[in-house]
Amino acid sequence: MIREAYVNMAVLALLLIVPVWAQMTGEPFTITLATRAVIFALAAVGLNVALGLGGMVSLGHAVFFGIGGYAMGILAFHAQTFTPVMTWPADVPGTKSMPIIWLVAMLTSGLAALAIGALSLRTAGVYFIMITLAFGQMAYFFTISWPTYGGEDGLSIYVRNGFPGLNTLAPMPFFAICFTLLCLVLLFVALLARSPFGLALNAARQSPARVQTVGLDPQRLKLVAFVISGVITGLAGALFADLNRFVSPTMFSWQMSGEIMVFVILGGVARLCGPVVGAVVFVALEHILGDLSDYWHIWLGALLLVIVLFARGGIVGLLAGRARAHD
Amino acid sequence: MTDAVLATHGLSRSFGALRATNEVSIDLRPGEIHAIIGPNGAGKSTLIAQICGGLAPDAGRVEFLGRDVTGWDVAARARAGLARTFQVSALATEDSVLQNVLLGALGAGGSPWRFLRPALSDRDLRDRAEAALTRVGLQDQAALRVSELSHGQRRQLEVAVALTLSPRAFVMDEPMAGLGAEGSAQLTAFLDGLRAEAPILLVEHDMDAVFALADRITVLVYGRIIETGTVDEIRASPAVRDAYLGGAA
Repeated sequence: MIREAYVNMAVLALLLIVPVWAQMTGEPFTITLATRAVIFALAAVGLNVALGLGGMVSLGHAVFFGIGGYAMGILAFHAQTFTPVMTWPADVPGTKSMPIIWLVAMLTSGLAALAIGALSLRTAGVYFIMITLAFGQMAYFFTISWPTYGGEDGLSIYVRNGFPGLNTLAPMPFFAICFTLLCLVLLFVALLARSPFGLALNAARQSPARVQTVGLDPQRLKLVAFVISGVITGLAGALFADLNRFVSPTMFSWQMSGEIMVFVILGGVARLCGPVVGAVVFVALEHILGDLSDYWHIWLGALLLVIVLFARGGIVGLLAGRARAHD
Repeated sequence: MTDAVLATHGLSRSFGALRATNEVSIDLRPGEIHAIIGPNGAGKSTLIAQICGGLAPDAGRVEFLGRDVTGWDVAARARAGLARTFQVSALATEDSVLQNVLLGALGAGGSPWRFLRPALSDRDLRDRAEAALTRVGLQDQAALRVSELSHGQRRQLEVAVALTLSPRAFVMDEPMAGLGAEGSAQLTAFLDGLRAEAPILLVEHDMDAVFALADRITVLVYGRIIETGTVDEIRASPAVRDAYLGGAA
């Protein structure tokens, strides 16, 4: 068995080497693919905080992905049309600045996660899955019927947003931004998992009664984890919108929630880089098999079946064995 | 009654037509082990759940350290110093032994709202956790996963987690369950010393342990107390003999 840290380093190195190589050989589309994988990975790292650490099976994480996307779309739309986002209580202009967009995306998806989490965590098990799915569908149909921002057709942003000092229009700098954010978030999640909060959350997943009898509130721990999870997925949504320079209600669709969950399960639930591995494999399959057949999801389904049946720890579990309790 | 650490007054709880606990009033005094015995279905588990806050009573009150805690939830009672061990171990089985006691230390002394520094590098938490492990004799198993422990070791770990809370009273639900003769004897000796630290409300089926440890015994039958007294009084009681002990005593 390979140590998990080596598997993690290998997948991140691969994610970095492929676009650099593509840059040198003049294959910009490969860089775009790698960026797509990085952004999906980030969204799934977010879900993994809820699913892997907190044991919350959320089938509604597209809500946060979509909110992040629309935070970018709405701010950039007003900037490119020179209209204010709102005029009351104060004039708020749009913006094309990525850092501001990220902050707004994280704040709004965090607030949504707080509200959705507070309501959903009154339930458990299959009801939790259904209620998160229901919130996802509500957001989906709400955006479809919101004509100001394109309704069903979505919103096109003509020029990618800016980041101080970088030419974000070129594929490589934008990849570098996304990759750096992914690494920072992975670092944060790695620390989180070992922190007092992570310890308590981990126990709350396995035995809520135990957590209560030492005087802690498992529901509150889970709610905070759900908010952190939503914030990360929301950030990924803003980046995804910038990658495509387009947002539409499909970012809110339940298929999107399902795909984010597939990344996590494919790579390994509760494993630090499981979602990254899952997203990379997914994007690679989507690209390679998608060229061969429109029905490539059949093969993805078969792979998922094999993973779930024979490798409960996902691909990372297959390579690195069972997670260690602590080092 | 005023010096009782923990007391219930007329606790009742019904499930449909079944009165699981019926006007149960017991108290736990400083320095004592108070055992609750009774046949299966006597309402012992229901009583424990009401004392610890997992189940709201239909009527009656629970007092802890002179305060009415009837409306408090499990976590609030735990924070006030009521430590409970479970009949069926409720440990985080995927985690290590050390992580489980760290959780106890975290609930007792630390804040869980710290997100960046590793829990294992918090000296205060770790000292408290390791001290509790040493007291129950699990210091050499600290790095093992709970799922790798024997049944007896899990029981010891349950007690260790309770110890990290520096509790004012223990509520132990069948700590001897499933232990061999040797394990029971060890735990009996340990609990014997523990009562000086905080009194223990002990629900137990192991009569040897109960008779060896208890300062007082309460006998519960069909949700109702039929007798409370010292070991000798209980042994001599004809009502208890009829209802429960049969020829065994």
